Amino acid sequence: MKGKAIPVLIVLGIILVIWYLCTVWMNAAWVYDQAGRTGRTVGFGELVQATMVQERPMLPAPHQVAAALWDGIAGQAVTSKRSLVYHGWVTMEATLAGFALGIVLGVSLAVGIVYFRVMEATVMPWAVISQTIPIVALAPMIVVLSNTLSLGEALGLENRLVSKTIISAYLSFFPVLVGMVKGLRSPDAMQVDQLATWNASGWQSFKYLRLPSSMPYFFASLKVAIAAALVGAIVGELPTGAVEGLGARMLVASQFGQPLLMWASLFAAALVAGMLILGVGAIQRAADRAMGVRP
Amino acid sequence: MSGLWLAIVFWIAAWGANVWIARRARGRLAGMVPPVLFGLAVLVLWEGAVRAFAVPEVILPAPSVVVAAIGANLGTLWGDFVQTIVKGAFSGYAMGCGAALVVAVLVDRSPVLTRGLLPVGNFVAALPIVGVAPIMVTWFGFGWQSKAAVVFAMVFFPVLVNAVAGLTAADRMHRDLMRTYAAGYWTTLFKLRLPSAAPFIFNGLKIATTLAVIGAIVAEFFGSPTRGMGFRISTAVGSLALPMVWAQIFVAALAGTLFYGFVAMIERRVTFWHPSQRVRG
Repeated sequence: MKGKAIPVLIVLGIILVIWYLCTVWMNAAWVYDQAGRTGRTVGFGELVQATMVQERPMLPAPHQVAAALWDGIAGQAVTSKRSLVYHGWVTMEATLAGFALGIVLGVSLAVGIVYFRVMEATVMPWAVISQTIPIVALAPMIVVLSNTLSLGEALGLENRLVSKTIISAYLSFFPVLVGMVKGLRSPDAMQVDQLATWNASGWQSFKYLRLPSSMPYFFASLKVAIAAALVGAIVGELPTGAVEGLGARMLVASQFGQPLLMWASLFAAALVAGMLILGVGAIQRAADRAMGVRP
Repeated sequence: MSGLWLAIVFWIAAWGANVWIARRARGRLAGMVPPVLFGLAVLVLWEGAVRAFAVPEVILPAPSVVVAAIGANLGTLWGDFVQTIVKGAFSGYAMGCGAALVVAVLVDRSPVLTRGLLPVGNFVAALPIVGVAPIMVTWFGFGWQSKAAVVFAMVFFPVLVNAVAGLTAADRMHRDLMRTYAAGYWTTLFKLRLPSAAPFIFNGLKIATTLAVIGAIVAEFFGSPTRGMGFRISTAVGSLALPMVWAQIFVAALAGTLFYGFVAMIERRVTFWHPSQRVRG
């Protein structure tokens, strides 16, 4: 890990430099325009300074985004509608619900596929095809359906949460399915034969051999799935007229021309993604310890 | 209700046929028939259930109604397809993947950058990049250019990460062999390293096909000219013209699947030597 820190910092530094250059380049037109109206000429130093502090820049400078992000996270009460923590939580709720549903769906389909040949032949190709279908095309549909059928009220939840959850689950089940099919098949023939000689039942060989040996695959796919679930939750907020959540925040900011807020929401989403991936990593380490994995 | 019972009988018969095929048959046909039968059974059950329970069209139109909508709106569907997929998704995909490959080759010359880029790129690839859609629409306007830009941003990092990882995949021994042949940097790159990176690159390219279609459609939710699949879907949902929505979903699904299948086909041609592509004898 230590050997990576310096190269990562170098790459991040390069990205920051490129970003600052783009900021100057993209915001310059506005500065020249303003200066042209008052009949002044701007020097290079003045130009650079002016591109960094605009209120509605084409591309906000990194420190402006950081300030807006900090204001959204720490500058507001957590329950305020202006707080990014609040909107982040709304999005995360849907993400986690969809993630959980996706895991259940993915694992149960994987078990079915591994144990029944007919399911492998029929379901697997459709699971692959389902991923090439752009779910966002379905998103407005799912929202309308869950609203008209009041799925949410039937479950005692908000309708909006239900539609976001379905979209998240759809995006996250596939990595889990593929990972688990691989994982459950990972014990080699020798190990399976060994359990057969011990007269193990089907359930026992699942519990003591297939399930434990699928765990590394399971957690690797969870990291992909949680990221996909977050994308699903945010996409679910975009076309649906949602009023809460990071996706809705971006939409509102874009409609009212507040680029700083838009970028801050985008980075808040990135923070949430980072937290979720770290969380999955922590659970994996805990599970490894509980199952007696020696590092 | 008889329609529903017929549908259920069809479902059971299809399932039985699939069980039989899965047990007995081998070969190419056995791989094709069960999923097709399964898909047909789902459609028949859908049609039967919609008719039997008289589900209103604004909730779920029957497949036959959707097919009729497709037939009646071929011109519109084609126009939307050209606007979103051909102009938005394809151009963004080509530019994004091309740029990612060029950057990957450049970055690859420096080991420090390679090591730093992989974790950063992997993280960025996991981010909800679709969120840049509103930003791109403000930058590039409502036309297809903003859609292509969103697609560019979405496909860039997955392809870059895979290409950079792939370029490190060439065997030490193979590189040494190229050196003993006195092959220069470019010869080694084209004859050895790019071909051995191809499985990784195609992995990225395949992921990117789905992302490209998603990006192009989502970007249209933020503003578009009065055509395009995302535009049509959101307006059709608004006016409860659900058969039209399902027709668009069908086109989107077909386009996504064909796009993916096309890239996978090129992959089979290019990386025929790779173990995962070999035909099992």
